Amino acid sequence: MHVVIIGNGISGITAARFIRKHSDFAITVISNESDEFFSRTALMYVYMGHMRLRDTQPYEPGFWKKNRIDRKRGWVQKIDQGDRVLYLADGERISYDRLIIATGSRSNKFGWPGQDLDRVHGLYHLQDLEAMEAASAGLERAVIVGGGLIGVEMAEMFHSRHIPVTFLVRETSFWDIVLPPEESAMINRHLLEQGIDLRLNTELREVVGDEQGRAVGVITQSGEEIACGFVGLTAGVSPNIGFLQNSGIEVKRGVLVDENLQTNIPGIYAVGDCAEMRTPQPGRRPIEAVWYTGRMMGETVAHNICNPDTPVAYNPGIWFNSAKFFDIEYQVYGDIRAQAPANHRSLYWEHPDGRRSIRIVYDAGTEVVLGFNVMGIRYRHEVCQHWLAQKATIETVLCELPLANFDPEFFPAYEAFVLAKYAQQTGKQIQTNHRRGLREVLTLLGK
Amino acid sequence: MAAVNPSLSLIGARTHQVLNAGQKGALTLTGIGLLLLFLAFFGVSLPAPTVWLVVSLLALGLGGAWYGWAAYRQLPAGIKNNGVWLASLTSRGILGWLTAIVLTGFYVLLYFFPAHLGLATVAGEANQGIVGFFDPLSRVLNGNPASQWFVYGTLYTVAILAMGVKFIYKYRHNRYQVVRTLSVMFFQLGFAFLIPEILSALQQPSMDLKNMWPLNYYFFYDWNIKKLATSGGLGIFMLGWGVAMIFVVSPVLTYLYGKRWYCSWVCGCGGLAETAGDPFRQLSDKSLGAWKVERWVIHSVLVLAVIMTLAVLHSFFRSNPATYWVTREMFLGVAIATLLGVALLLWLRPRVFKGVPVWVKGLATVLLIGIVVLTLQAYLQNQSRIFGLSSYKLREWYGFYIGSIFSGVIGVGFYPIFGSRVWCRFGCPMAAILGLQQRFFSRFRITVNGGQCISCGNCSTYCEMGIDVRAYAQRGQDVVRASCVGCGICAAVCPRGVLRLENSAADVSTRAAALRTLHLDPKEGVRLL
Ligand SMILES: Cc1cc2nc3c(=O)[nH]c(=O)nc-3n(C[C@H](O)[C@H](O)[C@H](O)COP(=O)(O)OP(=O)(O)OC[C@H]3O[C@@H](n4cnc5c(N)ncnc54)[C@H](O)[C@@H]3O)c2cc1C
Ligand code: SF4
Ligand code: SF4
Repeated sequence: MHVVIIGNGISGITAARFIRKHSDFAITVISNESDEFFSRTALMYVYMGHMRLRDTQPYEPGFWKKNRIDRKRGWVQKIDQGDRVLYLADGERISYDRLIIATGSRSNKFGWPGQDLDRVHGLYHLQDLEAMEAASAGLERAVIVGGGLIGVEMAEMFHSRHIPVTFLVRETSFWDIVLPPEESAMINRHLLEQGIDLRLNTELREVVGDEQGRAVGVITQSGEEIACGFVGLTAGVSPNIGFLQNSGIEVKRGVLVDENLQTNIPGIYAVGDCAEMRTPQPGRRPIEAVWYTGRMMGETVAHNICNPDTPVAYNPGIWFNSAKFFDIEYQVYGDIRAQAPANHRSLYWEHPDGRRSIRIVYDAGTEVVLGFNVMGIRYRHEVCQHWLAQKATIETVLCELPLANFDPEFFPAYEAFVLAKYAQQTGKQIQTNHRRGLREVLTLLGK
Repeated sequence: MAAVNPSLSLIGARTHQVLNAGQKGALTLTGIGLLLLFLAFFGVSLPAPTVWLVVSLLALGLGGAWYGWAAYRQLPAGIKNNGVWLASLTSRGILGWLTAIVLTGFYVLLYFFPAHLGLATVAGEANQGIVGFFDPLSRVLNGNPASQWFVYGTLYTVAILAMGVKFIYKYRHNRYQVVRTLSVMFFQLGFAFLIPEILSALQQPSMDLKNMWPLNYYFFYDWNIKKLATSGGLGIFMLGWGVAMIFVVSPVLTYLYGKRWYCSWVCGCGGLAETAGDPFRQLSDKSLGAWKVERWVIHSVLVLAVIMTLAVLHSFFRSNPATYWVTREMFLGVAIATLLGVALLLWLRPRVFKGVPVWVKGLATVLLIGIVVLTLQAYLQNQSRIFGLSSYKLREWYGFYIGSIFSGVIGVGFYPIFGSRVWCRFGCPMAAILGLQQRFFSRFRITVNGGQCISCGNCSTYCEMGIDVRAYAQRGQDVVRASCVGCGICAAVCPRGVLRLENSAADVSTRAAALRTLHLDPKEGVRLL
């Protein structure tokens, strides 16, 4: 049995590793991007000089040979699913018995005039990093278009090299389609404090180029011209599946898969950023372009290919995610909405320094806790998961709140403020009889 | 990887390593301090040398601290690793190598050619050069002219204090780092520097009360024991304290908190590594190969230290049978019982040593029993030599290769090449013992936060001990490693809040087992935790 995996990102590599754990199948991983698996999430740190590229590679070069995972550099141009053969751009044919499509995403471009000029780039692939690097020498200003996680990372990258950044954000507040208003405002403030020229409510009209075809500035919808030597396009990503046209594999925005991650063609699967669930789990989106889901899908697909008689459905558990906006860390567990629906009630406490906050969302009727959103404070995944699984009420959670904290030792405790906030909002006094730390956590989790 | 585009080798890119006015001023001040030392080294005598000594030390200390203040104070608090791999000094560039050469040269002079530093070699002669330069301070503190060790101790302390202040500014958002750094600064200034000097000014035996065997390998040398045993109550207390540190204080604290209580809160070698060595922590080798070498080398040094100490003590008790209430038989009894006890534990407590390959346990047992047999043989035949070696020769070798070359020349001299904890990782026998305790008998571990790891690699990169923290974090396994000194930097630099240093007695023997990220269950599917 020969399993071929297109894409050597986290989802493809996780699939390969687990197929090796479960079986003796021949495994080939194809990528046009790089020979070595690296952490895409760490690209920014390479540019910023925190790490070398090789520090972002989770496995030593010898790992692949030891685990008999063959790697192939090349661009898959076409899939002939009738003959079970792939064609690479250089004409090479590779036959397969099982195929996993794990081709990830590519940066969105929305048809802006000038978007294909030189020195206009998204940030997704290694090649984008090279382009940023090449453009950085002598760069006087960069304009970044699109206020999401990748945009803020790009801003931090240029900022680390003392290159001034103008950050165009279409929304009225940073990432306010995901962050609730207070957290979003906190990031607005933080970006300004860092010295980023943040322009809210500002949309790109076009990128201006010079005679050599290089970007030299942008014009916004309001007609303002901003001169710059680099334009970053970070208005989201979409599945990188152009090469699947006319292959007979059903696609919508991404490659459509069933709950076992199989496409409409038996023996062909899709995982990671490029996969679109036909019927997502309740409360989940059909495409979730994050690291964690890619990893979980990779593990699921490996199981399903190796155990065709007992396939399992993809089940990612509670939603969780994390990010870092310059110096402010962000973690979310469960269901936190930017615009709270009527039945969501929020307990929100913010530190007077405006750089830390805790939000606990619960159901107005049942008082069952639905989610946690913390800024500048770390929470314990397992404890939050435990409460959500137990359908714990807000009072239980508040009583046990110190157990959620995951900040380093000696860090200040904020639980009392959250309890006081709750008392102020509801008139109910809650006492906690728990202390921070692992011992009580293990007891709570029944370990 | 073969196909890397060379443009990704970022060295030479525009890095904007611009220094602000404060940093420039601070560097100038430090430069003045260094210049004065160099002038002294080359024998230039200045009028009013005492004043210049004070100026030099103040310039070095204040300059270093000011540099930290100027570099970080005006920036928002947070992780400050921008440009680390782009700067020559911190990425094994030319500046890094130059620094390594100068430092190494200093250590070579210090250990092997102190006369070149100006130490008087003939009794009655006055010190010259840099040692002479420090005479006034030495006289004030302990009443005697300086030695090369006094010069070294003073500069060492200034370095920890100044770079400690810089470190505190750098990590001012992180209380664990701040408290820990204040602690190493305190122990260096008080316990390693001032107290021993004051004690010797008071004609008392001087001792660094926190520096325990086997790091302090001469604690059990005959001259040290004699000195302590003959200096009245305080000396006896120090002997007792030294022994209690080894057998009581250290095992208990290591059980409670891991070896960090010593290695990154108290120890002087650790103190220098964490402060002056901090800019170089990323240079440690993270490969599996390096881990293998580490385990062989550090445990070999431990075995050597044990053998040498046994030999020294054995010959000491043999030649001083009736002087002290501890007899040779008592000493041998305790030593042998300890060694055999460890060997027995290995086999009687399989749960504790789960995961240790049988050949490792076998090798350890053979070594332990071998040492016991040879010791007994020496005793029964009443030989002064143990293991067929003279204890003098042994300790001479140990002092030269381990005490000087390894811990000094390589350990500190090579900071800019191999990172700041080469000695602690590959050489320190104390770290080896504490490490074994930490691995098998401690509540300490680094907890991994569920599935939040994005495999970015910051933790591994900035682990000065070369631990591949990410390998654990990305599969949701708590980090339980003998070598972890608990500096907490991995947890600080993690951009996703994945790591926490913590202690709990509830699960000591299963700490390392849990894989928390993903579990595949045929019935429930893939689920988290
Ligand atoms: C800058 C940045 C920061 C991020 N930070 C976070 C974060 O903090 N947290 C988080 O959860 N997520 C983050 N993400 C998202 C996360 O990186 C992705 O969800 C994840 O990498 C997707 O993994 P994947 O394996 O599905 O695809 P990818 O990692 O994209 O891998 C797909 C590979 O397939 C190759 N490929 C595509 N088509 C072909 C073809 N036809 N032939 C051959 N090879 C092909 C691609 O070149 C690529 O190498 C970030 C993304 C970026 C870009
Ligand atoms: S694992 Fe973390 S705490 Fe331990 S030595 Fe390495 S960086 Fe320090
Ligand atoms: S533990 Fe943190 S620093 Fe280490 S690889 Fe994971 S996310 Fe990165």
